Formats: sequence, structure tokens, C-alpha cells
Amino acid sequence: MKHESHSPDQSLGQPAVVVDNVSKVFNAGGRQQVDALLDISLTVQPGEFVSLIGPSGCGKSTLLRLIADLLSVSSGSLVVNGKPAAQARLDQDYGMAFQQAGLFDWRNVAKNIELPLEIRGWDQAKRRERSAEMLELVKLSEFASHMPWQLSGGMQQRVAIARALAAHPPLLLMDEPFGALDEMTREHMQAELLSICASTSTTVIFVTHSIPEAVYLSDRVVVMSPRPGRITATIDVNLGGNRNDDTREASEFYGKITEVREALRGIEHVGGARGIEDR
Amino acid sequence: MNGASLQRKVANAAVPVAFGVGFVVLWEFLVRWRDIKQFILPRPSMIWKEAVNNAGFLRSAATVSGTNALVGLVCGIIIGCAVAMIANRFKILAELVTPLSAAISAIPIVVIVSILNNMFRIGSEVPRRLMVTIVVFFVVFVNVARGLRQSNSTQMELMRSYAASPSQVMKKVRFPNALPFLFTAIKIAAPLAVTTAFVSEYFGGTQDGLGQKIPAAMANSKDPLGWAYVGAACVLGLGFFIAANVLEYVAVPWQRSRNSG
Ligand SMILES: Nc1ncnc2c1ncn2[C@@H]1O[C@H](COP(=O)(O)OP(=O)(O)OP(=O)(O)O)[C@@H](O)[C@H]1O
Ligand SMILES: [Mg+2]
Repeated sequence: MKHESHSPDQSLGQPAVVVDNVSKVFNAGGRQQVDALLDISLTVQPGEFVSLIGPSGCGKSTLLRLIADLLSVSSGSLVVNGKPAAQARLDQDYGMAFQQAGLFDWRNVAKNIELPLEIRGWDQAKRRERSAEMLELVKLSEFASHMPWQLSGGMQQRVAIARALAAHPPLLLMDEPFGALDEMTREHMQAELLSICASTSTTVIFVTHSIPEAVYLSDRVVVMSPRPGRITATIDVNLGGNRNDDTREASEFYGKITEVREALRGIEHVGGARGIEDR
Repeated sequence: MNGASLQRKVANAAVPVAFGVGFVVLWEFLVRWRDIKQFILPRPSMIWKEAVNNAGFLRSAATVSGTNALVGLVCGIIIGCAVAMIANRFKILAELVTPLSAAISAIPIVVIVSILNNMFRIGSEVPRRLMVTIVVFFVVFVNVARGLRQSNSTQMELMRSYAASPSQVMKKVRFPNALPFLFTAIKIAAPLAVTTAFVSEYFGGTQDGLGQKIPAAMANSKDPLGWAYVGAACVLGLGFFIAANVLEYVAVPWQRSRNSG
């Protein structure tokens, strides 16, 4: 692995996330039963960056919510950071960011970042110190006392990422965090996310609709198909640790994009891949 | 941004003020021109003279009514918020309070005031304040309960991911999210508190508030004075309404930014 293990309690070689034969059925037995996920198995190593990609409705968000213990599995087992998902949530073993920044309007930027720490019961001095550190990381130090509505969409998303990382969780779960951003901001944020993850050696599971985004960011791209949601392909990316704007021009980059697109095409013939962006 | 929006507020206020002044001038002119009898409609200038001559009486009556309205308003807001929060936590209470509040709202104020007047010693202001509290409570309870239910789903998922306790979720997310609803309720309840105070003063008790003075002055053919009391009542109601708006402006700034686009 290219990164060191994150924290001492994360014993070496122990996977960050193990999804074992997990299925998820919504409204089981009801008229509106949805088989959202079927027999999903996925192991993510510490420090690894894994993207989930697939047509709309294939269960990417559901899988992420299961790992986060925001939903519970219908069958199968889920181990996060060496413990059951529910325990990992109670221990705040992960940070989470959504497509919506979900900032709290009545708290300024620093206070937003401090919220998870506040709930953990950290004292104020320690919280202040950490939020200042996180603001520096996302390059928003001057905006510490601004209110969320005074920030642009990209800045709000950076605050949300800083908040997700504030407790230094070993695992980061992100559900289309850059989906609402313009292309320029998006590429900038991708580069920033990579450098933050490299400096904190955080494991990331990242949901996206964009093939280039998945390829640029990931060590591994997991392709999913809908109804019921299954993993149909896993593509190792290996673009190296130091990715930059040149990476986006490299032929290996285009090669991988084609590979992911082809894996998605395979789905298209079965179900129809809607909602995948080629940019 | 603040300076500009304040300026806009002042500009917005100019129209109703100009309208009010024009209305009074027209009124004065019409009464003089058509030679309308004083007991039907006195002239604004007469009312103003009467108001200046009796300023002390007006002030003390307005103070009594204003205090009744304010005490009732504050109690109603506090109890309304508290019950809404408890009902949000324990659904059974919500199922009890909602039909009960519908039932009580259907009882005419006269009846409730009479019952309350019999429960307390003669001359007590408590029944009037209780009446205001009851009216304000329902407005606040209904709105805040709705606000507490409408929490942003991303924020709620975040709180769950932090393993926050139910009381932390209430304090840090649900209640702040319901604040715009609370202030909408206060804006409705503030003028309502004033009129409820007048009405409950009218139906028995000490003859000290505006709710007693207006009909008393009218009955004694002191019409301009009666109208002066009416004017004081208007000022009081308007004062409560403006105070509620200022409070909202200061307390939920994010709502302000959302409204101005
Ligand atoms: N709470 C729920 N109740 C019932 N069905 C649900 C629920 N959440 C998701 N589903 C269903 O599960 C399936 C997978 O949904 P999910 O949100 O995980 O898809 P997704 O891959 O994230 O899609 P998108 O790319 O559009 O975000 C969908 O068919 C959806 O209708
Ligand atoms: Mg989704």
C-alpha cells in the first residue's frame, strides 16, 4: 500500500472495509419492494481510494449508507475498521460528505467544522485548534467566521469536506460531493481532495457519475449495474501517487477511461446506463 | 449588503406612512366638508387634542393592556415551544395535544374568559394574561411543531453519522431549523396577543385596560376620547407587530439572506 496505516488501533493488514455478500431490500414483502443491492462483496484496504460508478438507481448511495450504518443490511455482513458497522458509527470511525454540503445555517464556518467534535465532547480549545487546522487544509482560513450562505457552492463543499475530516477519521465516505460544482471548481477540488487524502492517509469510498473523475481520483473503480444492484467489474487504475493536471492529458488516463466506459457499456446492453457523464 | 437592505426597508416603509398621512388628511377634510356629527365620526384634529389632554390616562391604560399582552405572549411562546419539542420526541403527546388544541380553539373567547374570571379573585389580571397565553400557545405550537418535523435530511443523516443523541439532535439541528417557523408564528401571534388582551379585558374584571376604556368612553358620549383610546390601541398593536419583525430580522439572519434572494 502506498500510504501508512492511519491510526494505531487499525492493525496492519486489516482491511478498512469488508462488505461480505450484502443484500439490501427496501419494503420487503410490500407492493413497492425494491431489490436495491444483491450479493455485494467488496474489500477496501487502508489508504485506498475506491470509486463506485454505475447508472442511476443501481444502489451506490445505498451501499455507502449501509457502510455508514445509516441503513441496515437485509442480509450479509459489514465490517468497518475491524468492527460491525454500527459500532464503527458510534465510534465516529468515518466522516461523511454528500452532494448537498448540508452546512448548518446558524453556525459560522468554524463552528460547522467543529460540530462533530462538539458531539464527541471535545473541549473548546481543542476544537478551535482543530477547526483552524482543517480550514488551512481546505484553504479557507480567512472565512472562519463567515456564515455558510456567504460562501460559494465550491467553498461550502470544501467546508463540508473539512467537517468530514475534522475528527481525523480513518475512513471518508463521499456521495457525489462534487456533483453540484462547475467543471473548473470540480477539477480543482479533485486535486485538493487527493492531496488532503495523501497527507492524512485516509481511506476513501467515493460515489460519482463521472468516469474521468473516478479514474483521476481512484486506485480502483468499482462498476455497478442496476435492478438488482450488483458489482459487474472492478478496474485497477494505477496512475501513480503524484497525479496532477498533466495526468488528465496522459494516454494511460484515456486508456482507463475507455476501460471503465466499456465496463459500463456492458451494463447498457442489459439494463440501460442512464445518467453517466462522459466528461 | 446590510446598509442596502436597511435602506430598502426604509423605502418600503415610506409608502404605507404616506398612505396613512393622506388618509388622515382626507378624513379631516371630509368631516369638515360634509359637516358630520361628532358622535358619528369626530375629526382627527379633535381626537388628537383629546389624546394630548388625556395623555396620562391613555398611557396607563395602554400600559395595562400592553403588559397583559406581553406577559401572555411570552408565556405562550415558551410553553408552545416546550410542548412542541416534547411532542416531537414523544409522538403520543402530539396525538393528544393536536385534537385538544382544536377542541379548545373552537370555544369562544368569551366563555373561556368568563370561566377564568370565576377562577381568580376579582380585579386580578391573571385571567386576561392566561387567555392571551392560550391563544398564543396554539399559534406557536402548531408552527413550531411543523418546523421541528421539517428537518433537512442531509443534516439529519450527518447527525446520525456523528452518533448524536436525540437531545443533541433537538438542540443543535431541529430547534434551530424550526426558528424561522417560530418567528413566523410570533409575527402572527404578537398582534393577536394585543387584540386578545383587549377582548378579555372587555369581558369583565378591573376597568383599567384599553379593552374597557374604549367602550366606556364611547358610551359616555366622549367620542373623541374613545377614538383616542382606539388610536392608542392601534399604536400598541403596531408596536407589537414591528417588534416581532425586528426580532426576526435579528434572530434568524440566514432567513433574511434567503428572502432577499
Ligand atoms: N429509502 C428508500 N426506500 C425505498 N427505496 C429506496 C430507498 N432508497 C433507495 N431506494 C431504491 O433503491 C435503489 C437504489 O437507490 P440509490 O439511491 O442507492 O441509487 P444510486 O445508485 O445512488 O442512484 P443515483 O446515481 O441516482 O444517486 C433505487 O431503485 C431506489 O429507488
Ligand atoms: Mg445516489
